Amino acid sequence: MSAANLIEANDLVKTYISRKGLFGTATHVRAVDGVTLSVAPATTLGIVGESGSGKSTTGRLLLGLEEPTEGQVQFDGKPMPQLKSTAWRELRARMQLVFQDPLAALDRRIPIGTQVGEPLDIHAVGSDKERQDRVETLLQSVGLRRDQAGSYPHELSGGQRQRVVIARAIATNPDLLVCDEPVSALDVSIQAQVINLLRDLQETRGIAMAFISHDLKVVRNISDRVAVMYLGRIVEEAASKDIFRRPLHPYTQALVSSVPVPGTALKDRIILQGEPPNPAARPSGCAFHPRCSLATERCRVEVPAFVTVEAGRKAACHLVPAASEN
Amino acid sequence: MPLVEISNLGVAFSGVPVLHGINLTIEKGEAVGLVGESGCGKSVTWLAALGLLPGKATVSGSVKLGDEELVGSPREKLEHVRGGRIAMIFQDPSSSLNPVLRAGRQIAEAVSLHQGLSGATARAEAIRLMDLVGIPDAARRFDNYPHEFSGGQNQRLMIAMALAGKPDLLVADEPTTALDATIQAQILDLLISLRQETGMAIVFISHDLGAVSQICERVCVMYAGRIVEQCSTEMLFRVPRHPYTRGLFDAIPRLDAGRERLIPIPGTVPQAGRMPAGCAFAPRCAHSSELCHNQVPALSGADGRATACFHPLEEPNASAVSVSASAEKVEFA
Repeated sequence: MSAANLIEANDLVKTYISRKGLFGTATHVRAVDGVTLSVAPATTLGIVGESGSGKSTTGRLLLGLEEPTEGQVQFDGKPMPQLKSTAWRELRARMQLVFQDPLAALDRRIPIGTQVGEPLDIHAVGSDKERQDRVETLLQSVGLRRDQAGSYPHELSGGQRQRVVIARAIATNPDLLVCDEPVSALDVSIQAQVINLLRDLQETRGIAMAFISHDLKVVRNISDRVAVMYLGRIVEEAASKDIFRRPLHPYTQALVSSVPVPGTALKDRIILQGEPPNPAARPSGCAFHPRCSLATERCRVEVPAFVTVEAGRKAACHLVPAASEN
Repeated sequence: MPLVEISNLGVAFSGVPVLHGINLTIEKGEAVGLVGESGCGKSVTWLAALGLLPGKATVSGSVKLGDEELVGSPREKLEHVRGGRIAMIFQDPSSSLNPVLRAGRQIAEAVSLHQGLSGATARAEAIRLMDLVGIPDAARRFDNYPHEFSGGQNQRLMIAMALAGKPDLLVADEPTTALDATIQAQILDLLISLRQETGMAIVFISHDLGAVSQICERVCVMYAGRIVEQCSTEMLFRVPRHPYTRGLFDAIPRLDAGRERLIPIPGTVPQAGRMPAGCAFAPRCAHSSELCHNQVPALSGADGRATACFHPLEEPNASAVSVSASAEKVEFA
């Protein structure tokens, strides 16, 4: 990994303890199981996967909101400080999170201007007057009017609320934004407005983004690079322009094929059998093998390594040969 | 005679109109898509047709199932239609199933209500339906509770329950929205094969134009309580004529395209109580004129397509389109 990356995660593992019943035996569920990724400044890494694939947990680990069971996160060349230490709190100003449901992320009883200004108060940025000016500038930069600072969340539409959440997230000029399904709750005509806003903010402010979504079309549009997760592991990572045009991992192929293309009938599509497995009962070998039509005996036994398969492309599959120079 | 004929259907909640005169005909065995953003009235249309709206809603117009008029008809008659001739499945399957009853029993209940079977025969029929919708090992899983099934399997159970009454029409309201991409593909595939096997008509309500195009031959695009464009799926995707439809297409990123900037539709959907005077889309429309702001355009057209717009977008080669469309003659009110 190069030193130019803003954030790097190495072999992250997050284990949760799950107990069946009050006195049942505890089982360890590996929600994230050996994830290595990095995001360069002013670029976007898309993280896609189905529910339970560990993509949101990965996002929280990147932000240091949870401590990894194994592995570590390096932000700007330094390891993530300990949870809730002073250094960790100071780092909050440099990394922010945008949530899926803006109504749940905003306080209904506080005017939006106050909420957007809250990070400035917490991190003691500027004087009162400067903060007020900055809040108005922030509202304008996300496409809201200055005089809307006194509005309450219920007075705004869903798209406007998400703009407020984004304005609050960029208030402290962060270097990294983790967006967890930021447009999934929005209608398509509004979704495009918010995607364009995120891209504009990235261009003008050089923000690095980790964009977590299950919507491949949105991820294709916003990301430079894309990581595909399945059951806690990254199974394929490549440039956004390559991975959707020519997916290499059988799971990525099925995912890409499952996106309905307007105007074409449902044929020649790979329809996967079965469901994503439960992380508590991970299949042996490659976790995807029970649903994979190409699985061989080796896939049932041996976990495939996540290796470079082409220049700038990595995959974890026994059937995709590793690049010869490695 | 069409299977279902909706004419001038209107709905108002506490006096605020949300549905402004819907005209829609469903033929036997046909698959029709209703697309639109939240609040456009695509679900309300069918909830009103089946008498499932709360008391504060006033329904006007007519919904005819064959010769029977459904609007304002007594409860016993509607109960016979609901689940029997017209079945409906919803977005969130786990909240539609009763969590404290075994899944198989809930399907058997629908079987005994609609087919008059009981005991072991009802159970056998329920297992057959579970098998039909692709629940593996149906006989053994009959006694499982809904939480022991995954989200996709819960939706399959809902479909099995809907099939219990051997309906002529299945109304699927966003049936795949809450599901993962690979499971969504499975459910779409299931609906297509069930339609081939049973010959039932499907109304597929969704905001996902891609999913609609997989299942339906005909699509109605709705905006703010009205149908604004209606034509065959193939034609709609080739040449959308209403500026709103076109705007929807432009706003959706494509998997096979690059990272170009999206073209959003400016502004937001008007609120039900504050509708603009003319065309509801006029304030967001780049093609609107004085006329659009004063008068509501009627849904009109020929050759199997209708558009509610004073300034529809031009078709690049209109002659070629009319030739291919002349085969199916559809009447629009």
